[in-house]
Amino acid sequence: MIQARGLSKKYGEKTAVDHLEFTVRPGIVTGFLGPNGAGKSTTMRMILGLDRPTEGSVTVDGKAYADLPAPLHEVGALLEARSVHTGRSAYNHLRVLAATHGIADSRVHEVIELVGLGDVARRRAGAFSLGMGQRLGIAATLLGDPGTLILDEPVNGLDPDGILWIRNLLKGLAGEGRTVFVSSHLMSEMSLTAEHLIVIGKGRLIADLPIAEMIGSASRASVLVRSPDAARLRELLAGPDVTVTSRQAGELEVVGMTAPQIGDIAAADGIAIHELTPHRASLEEAFMELTNDSIEFHGGTTVGAHDEAARGVA
Amino acid sequence: MSADAVPGRYVSRLAVDPVSQRSVITSEWLKLTTLKSSWITMAVGVGSLALLGGVIGFFTNRAWDQTRPARQAAFEPVAASLGGVRFAELAIGVLGVLFVTGEYGTGMIRSSLTAVPRRLPVVWAKALVFGVTTLVLTEIASFVGFFIGQAALGTHSVALSSDGALRAVIGTGLYLTVVAVIGVALGFIIRSTAGGIAALVGILLVLPGVFLILPQSWQDDLGPYLPSTAGSAVYDLRPAPGSLDPWPGFTVFCLYAIVGLVAAAFVLNRRDA
Repeated sequence: MIQARGLSKKYGEKTAVDHLEFTVRPGIVTGFLGPNGAGKSTTMRMILGLDRPTEGSVTVDGKAYADLPAPLHEVGALLEARSVHTGRSAYNHLRVLAATHGIADSRVHEVIELVGLGDVARRRAGAFSLGMGQRLGIAATLLGDPGTLILDEPVNGLDPDGILWIRNLLKGLAGEGRTVFVSSHLMSEMSLTAEHLIVIGKGRLIADLPIAEMIGSASRASVLVRSPDAARLRELLAGPDVTVTSRQAGELEVVGMTAPQIGDIAAADGIAIHELTPHRASLEEAFMELTNDSIEFHGGTTVGAHDEAARGVA
Repeated sequence: MSADAVPGRYVSRLAVDPVSQRSVITSEWLKLTTLKSSWITMAVGVGSLALLGGVIGFFTNRAWDQTRPARQAAFEPVAASLGGVRFAELAIGVLGVLFVTGEYGTGMIRSSLTAVPRRLPVVWAKALVFGVTTLVLTEIASFVGFFIGQAALGTHSVALSSDGALRAVIGTGLYLTVVAVIGVALGFIIRSTAGGIAALVGILLVLPGVFLILPQSWQDDLGPYLPSTAGSAVYDLRPAPGSLDPWPGFTVFCLYAIVGLVAAAFVLNRRDA
C-alpha cells in the first residue's frame, strides 16, 4: 500500500509534482500514467526517499521509506535511469545489494535464474544490452522478495518477448497479493497490464479510477460515412440524439446511430455509400477525452497540461 | 514482516536482516573488491611505494662518487627509500574519489541509497573500508620500501632503529590513509570524477605551490597548516623551518579529513540523489 498525501516537489521555480493524493492498493497492478515530464519519475523517486518532497508526504505500508528497517524487503524498485555500476558483474551487483540486508547468496542465484540471466551473470553489467540491463534491474527489484514493487517505465527498450515477460511477471506478482505500481507514458501498454489507473499531467492528479471505468467512459462510438451525396444524407440523418460532423467534403462522422441504421436510411433514398466504418473509441482516445474533461474543470492554467498530455500519448 | 497481516496480502518467507552499519560495511567491502579498477589503482599506489625506494637507492648508490658534497650532506636515506609516497598519494587519493564518484557516474548511487535510505552509514562505511584497506596495504608497502631501499643504498643506508626512521615508515602509511579518507570525502562532496580528482590534486599538491606567491608573513603563519604540509611532517625527517612537529602536524591533517567527512555526510543527507 502506497499513500501520497499532498505530495509536492519544486525544483526552484518549476513545479514537478503538485499536491498529489492517491493510494495504491495491494493485489492489483496499478498503472501510473502520464506524458513524459508529467512528474511520474519524480513521484517514484520521492516514494523511495531519493528526492525529498517540498511539501506533503508519501508512505509505504504506513511508513516513510527511510524509516523502513529493511527497505529492500518491503519495496523493490526499478528506476528508469540506470542504477548499476558498469564495471561490476551482474552477480556481484546483486551480492552488493544483498549484503546490506544479510540476504543469502542462494537468493541472489534464485533471482538471476528467475530473470533468465544465468548465462551472463559473471559478465560486466556495462556490456549488457538494454534488455539484459532491464532484466538485471528486475532481479534487483525482486531480490528482497518485497510486498511492494515500484517500476518506472519497465518495458522501455524491451523487445516484444521481454515486454510480454514483464506483463506476465507483474500480473503474477500482483496475483500473489503484492502492491504493484508501474509507470508508463503509453496508454496501450497500461491497458494490457493494469487494473487500476492513476493519471497525472503536469504534476497534477487527473484521474484515479479502475481501468474498466475508463473504458466505459469511452462509450462514444461513431461511424465514418463517405458518400458522393453527403449533404443530402446529412439532412436525412438529423435527429435529436444524433450528431453529425464533417471534416471534409463527402465525409461524415455520425455519433448516435449504428452503421446498419445509416445504411438502411441511405438505401431507402437511393443514396450511394462508398464507405461505412464503425469506430469504437480506443483507450488512447478515452485518455484524451478524460484529460480534456479535467481541463474544463481546472480552467485556464491546465491548458498547457492538456497539450503536453496530447503529445505524450499521441 | 508486517505485523498487520491483511488476508490476501503477500507475506514473504525470505530471511533478511535489518540494515545495520555492519551490513553496510560488508556491502562496501564487496563493492571495493569487485571492481577491477580498484585492484589496478591500488597496485599502482602500493607498488610504487614498495619498489620506487629500491630504484632510487640503487641509482643514488651508483652515482654517489659523482655527487656534489653539498648534495651528499643533504641526502636523507629514509626519505629516499620512501620516495614512492608521492605516486602512492596520487593513486590512493584518486581511488578514494573514484570509490564514490564511480557510483554517481554510473547511477549505482541510486541503488545504494535505495538499499540504505538513511544514507549516512554509506559515508562511514566507505571511509572505514577504504581507510583500513589503505592502512594495512600501505604500512606493509612502506616497510617493504624501506628495507629494499636501504638494501639498495648499501653503505649509505640507515637502520630502522636510527633516529625517526620507524616513525617515518609508519607515518607514511598513516599519511596515505588520511589521503584515502580525504579522497572519499571529496567524492561525496563533488560527485563528479573529474571535479573530485581536480580538487584532490589542487588541495594536496597545488595549494602549497600557490602559497609561495603570497606575502611572506602569510606563508610563515598559514603555510605549515596546509593539509599536505601539515600531514607530511609525520614522515619527513628533514622538515622545512617553521614546520609543525610530526604528531601535531598529523593531527591537523586528520582534522581536515574529519571536517571533509562531516561535510560529505551533511551534503549527502541534504541533496536529492
